[in-house]
Amino acid sequence: MNPSGATSAVAVLLFVTIAGYALFAGADFGGGIWDLLAGGAKRGAAAREAIDASVTPVWEGNHVWLIFGLVVFWTGFPSAFSAVMIALFVPLALSLLGIVLRGVGFAFRHEAERLSTKRLYGALFAAASVMTPFFFGVVVGAVATGAVPANPGGNVLSAWTSPTAVVTGLLFVATCAYIGGVFLVADSERRGEPDMVRYFRRRSLAAGLVAGVLAAIDLVLLRESAPYLWPRLLGPALPAVVVSVVGGIAALVLMRSNRRHLLRGAAALAVAGVVAGWGVAQYPWVLPGAVTLAQGSAPEAAQWALFVALGLAVLFVLPAFVWLYWLHQHGMLHESEPPPAPALAAENRAAATNRAAAATRPALGPHPILETAVIALVVTGIGRDLVRQLFQRRNRQG
Amino acid sequence: MSTPLLVVAEGAIPARAQMGASLGFHIIFACFGIAFPAVVLIAHWIGIRRGNQVALVLAQRWSKVAAVIFAVGAVSGTVLSYELGLLWPGLMGRYGAAFGIPFAIEGIWFFVEAIFTAIYLYGWRRLSPWVHWWSGMPMVVAGILGAFAVVAANSWMNQPSGFTLQDGRIASVDPWSVIFNRATPYETPHMVLAAYMVVGFVVAGVYAVGLLRGRRDRYHRLGFLIPFGVGAVAAPIQVIIGDILARAVADQQPIKFAAMELVDNTQRGATEWLGGIYWNGEVYFGIGIPYLDSILVGFSPNTEVIGWNSVAPEFRPPLANLIHLSFNGMIAIGMGLMVLGAWQAWVWKFRREVLSTRWFLIPAALAGFASIAAMELGWIVTEVGRQPWIVYGLLPTEDAVTTAGGVPVTLAATVVIYGVLTATSIAVPWLMGRRWRAPGAAGEDTVQTPYGPRPGRVGETPA
Repeated sequence: MNPSGATSAVAVLLFVTIAGYALFAGADFGGGIWDLLAGGAKRGAAAREAIDASVTPVWEGNHVWLIFGLVVFWTGFPSAFSAVMIALFVPLALSLLGIVLRGVGFAFRHEAERLSTKRLYGALFAAASVMTPFFFGVVVGAVATGAVPANPGGNVLSAWTSPTAVVTGLLFVATCAYIGGVFLVADSERRGEPDMVRYFRRRSLAAGLVAGVLAAIDLVLLRESAPYLWPRLLGPALPAVVVSVVGGIAALVLMRSNRRHLLRGAAALAVAGVVAGWGVAQYPWVLPGAVTLAQGSAPEAAQWALFVALGLAVLFVLPAFVWLYWLHQHGMLHESEPPPAPALAAENRAAATNRAAAATRPALGPHPILETAVIALVVTGIGRDLVRQLFQRRNRQG
Repeated sequence: MSTPLLVVAEGAIPARAQMGASLGFHIIFACFGIAFPAVVLIAHWIGIRRGNQVALVLAQRWSKVAAVIFAVGAVSGTVLSYELGLLWPGLMGRYGAAFGIPFAIEGIWFFVEAIFTAIYLYGWRRLSPWVHWWSGMPMVVAGILGAFAVVAANSWMNQPSGFTLQDGRIASVDPWSVIFNRATPYETPHMVLAAYMVVGFVVAGVYAVGLLRGRRDRYHRLGFLIPFGVGAVAAPIQVIIGDILARAVADQQPIKFAAMELVDNTQRGATEWLGGIYWNGEVYFGIGIPYLDSILVGFSPNTEVIGWNSVAPEFRPPLANLIHLSFNGMIAIGMGLMVLGAWQAWVWKFRREVLSTRWFLIPAALAGFASIAAMELGWIVTEVGRQPWIVYGLLPTEDAVTTAGGVPVTLAATVVIYGVLTATSIAVPWLMGRRWRAPGAAGEDTVQTPYGPRPGRVGETPA
């Protein structure tokens, strides 16, 4: 049974959200990975500062893709969502742990004063940036290989400990490092820091190569472990796969040039191609071999509600998002040190000399008693009316 | 075989404990997400409009604190959306198509708020003052709309509507009546007002402590007055909404109401218990006011109040005493906060000054904790009172819980992480405050204002 148009559209929406998360939050995760690999406090200082400046203003917004994805998944395909959540409880819980640690580390390390606490939070942020994409990859690998049953009775350990799932996890980490590196190259170029450009260029090249190798291994593994996915990857999904490969190679070539928008676009294409290829290859299954799109879909009205939400998103979120990135890219957003103690010192001294502050106190109202009486009258009046209103309603009902 | 520990680790208890811990934590941060932008923007507005540098400094510092709190809130909110699936797959699998809709709407507003938060927080240096102020406005609107959507989802669990079932699966959905179910009109304003009260009184409490310590400068007076004013305005409205809400609960969820008021047998002329513990048909240690419960429910001593004995024991909420005492505690605190606000309003009306007596400042300093306590108590009333149902009258909590093992482990992790998170979220703003008061900075008398000439990037040391 083929899914209805609305169901397919919800599936597309879900994959677009995944791609959005992979691109935007993936770059942030990549930043965290490079932060982790930047070396000691002194040696890595410049790189860490560049990463920080690129990621700080946007990470929270990027994070919302995930929440939106979860919502679309559970509203659009509730039964499949529930199956995934039960079977893959462990890797999902671990990815969540990573998200929590990362947010905490990021939020607090800016405020930490001593180097040791900064280091601790920085380490949390960086380590979690590896953990989260890895376990997301594991989850995707488990779903793609068709290892999630329709009605799991509990954890399905074998689903996510298969070689394919683990390699997919590693592939996700490498991809995040790659896309994060590419974005950092572009950002450093914009900020005019040639040292950093070279620094991140070398690293993203390396990450790109590692990601390529891992992708090749994953493909070989999929041939055995994903009997449904494999032929379709070489069939209907082939264009997406080709786009991804071409984008990846183009990005590696463009890395040498100074065309940062093209570079970014090519890298984005490589990631988006993988997500699209996965989506097309899985069609028409949500959980290959267990639940099809048509079987797992929510009633049509719920799907329409999702489209309404999407409409709202296009209306409200998109312009805001564009503005945020425009401001970010034009260097309008900075972390500002709040002013030092509001040199209210002078103010403090003044307050001390006339503590009663009598000089600034306005003269008393001319008729305090009269005003009191008026306020009392109004308050009791409103109160009485309220009571009367409520009683009347009760009488009518009774 | 069933040692007490095993009993606790079985069934829905660990999942409920984890959900409770996460929600009880997140709800505080969510309040800041909902109401803090408004408080910051009021200070910001006063700052620009009246050229009040002190207000500008306050606004900027608050936005700095907000950055940390919002980040924690975003993270704990993600935890919750995960946990809905991880802990309650039975709920999401069966009712996700209906229950998910308000969350989809909420996602949009959260997105909007996150984006404008970023713009507002990092826009102090380069945006022009009014553009910057307006870039904060969407946070206020999105905060309220987002709260509306999330609470609509919770209301739906209390008053499910807007779908038809076929073989235990949802066959059709009416999104409109899912969102605007019978409990939405009462629950959402109650929560939004609670958020404004919590933020108002918590922030004011910080400055009340400063005032108590003798820092009576304009900075502290204004820092106290703006948030306290917000809380004081919200408090009386909250009392009225709460009263209407209680009557709605009596009508829509009579058994929950029976637990809230300790009514065992259905009766006319029901007694209103202030405090008190129910044990074997008697209420001990409580002050009973005859007929008042009936009068409150239906404005007549003859109104019939339904007792919990009208349903079988397995359909009654557990821990009636907890629900009752929480309910009473929430009301008592709410009334106290209203009186406190009225007192300051009175003084402000006639003398235009912040009360400086310890009799006022000590309770004002504690008002923040009190308002958080009141909100948590109210939440206990709603959620524990809904038990044993996760979807009222349709899906028992036991049937919704995950079959996956490992919940006790994640519960332990949750408790540890949230403990650390709570401590840090308090410590970080406290450290910031200490840094702002540091003697090193007090020597200069020039106020470095947000829109002044761009200072060098001091203090931005990399990690």
